[in-house]
Order: sequence, then C-alpha cells, then structure tokens
Amino acid sequence: MNIDLVFKIAIVGIVVSVLHTVLKQAGKEEVANMVTLAGVIVVLLMVVQLISDLFTVVKTVFQLY
Amino acid sequence: MEILQIVGAGLIVTVLILVIKPQRPELALQVSLVFGILVFLFMLGKISGVIDVLEELGQRANINKFYLTTILKIIGVAYIAEFGAQVCRDAGEGTVAAKVEFAAKIIIMVLAVPIIVAILDSLIKLL
Repeated sequence: MNIDLVFKIAIVGIVVSVLHTVLKQAGKEEVANMVTLAGVIVVLLMVVQLISDLFTVVKTVFQLY
Repeated sequence: MEILQIVGAGLIVTVLILVIKPQRPELALQVSLVFGILVFLFMLGKISGVIDVLEELGQRANINKFYLTTILKIIGVAYIAEFGAQVCRDAGEGTVAAKVEFAAKIIIMVLAVPIIVAILDSLIKLL
C-alpha cells in the first residue's frame, strides 16, 4: 500500500492554509481565495485519477462490465 | 501483517485530518477519501483471490456461471455505492448519500431480476 498520496495531499492542505492566512493578513483576500481554489483543484486532479483506478479494479474483480 | 500497516496508516491519517480540518475541511475530506481508496485497493487484491476460489467451487458443483457473476456484480455495486455514500455522509451531505444509496438499491434490484425470474420458473415447474 503506498500512502505517499495521502501525505502529499496533507502537505498541500497545510501549505494552502498557511498561504491563505498570510495572504489574508496582507489584505489580499481575493488572491487568498484563488490559492485555496487552486489547491483544491490540484488535489482533486490527483484524487480523480485514483478514483478511476479504483473503479477499473472493482469492475475487473467483480466482473461489472 | 497487513493489519498493522493499515492501523498505523489509519492513525497517522487521522492525526493529519485533525490538523487540516479546522482550516481546510475540503482538503481534509480528500485526505480521508484517498485513504479509503488506498485501503479499498489493498483489500481488493485479496478479495479477488477469494472470488477465484468461489468460481472454482461453483464450477465443481456445476452451478450455472450466470448466477455467480450476478452475485459478484451485486456485491461490487454494493461495495462501490457504500463507499461513495460514506464519503458523502462524512462531508455532511446526508441527502447526496441517500440518493447514491437509493440508486444502488435500484440497480441491485435490476441485477437481481433474472434470478427472481429463475426462482419463479422453478417454482412453477414444481407446482
């Protein structure tokens, strides 16, 4: 089981939340929101790949065609 | 011992989620989603071994292969639907989870119709 992806997403989450706080303190509310959105989209791209892997494996194992 | 691996990973993931959740609940959800998928993939490798054995037993007992594949399909639909519904419910979207489960129930019913028909057929033959 490779758990790297979990750590990757957690790191993205921590970095995004730190950036969000810093940018908010600097008074750049809209940039902070964009950073949050970008973080969510990047993570979502990784997760979607994994979900499609899961679905193909389930399809082959349970012969769902 | 895979269980030690999974329990260890689960504890670490729980701590990570607790750290992220107050600031970024949407990313915390994705962490738990990925962990769920990884555990699922890990276990599916083992399930496929069990399914191979079941198929061989079915062949030996001369059971129609169609019934076994139908049951496997139903199990697969149930697993996937349960997984998706749990993720939705975890994020506080109980309504979406309920819809996913509803769809799964309907699909399982449709998959089971041929078996029900076969049972009724054999019943009618008996009478």
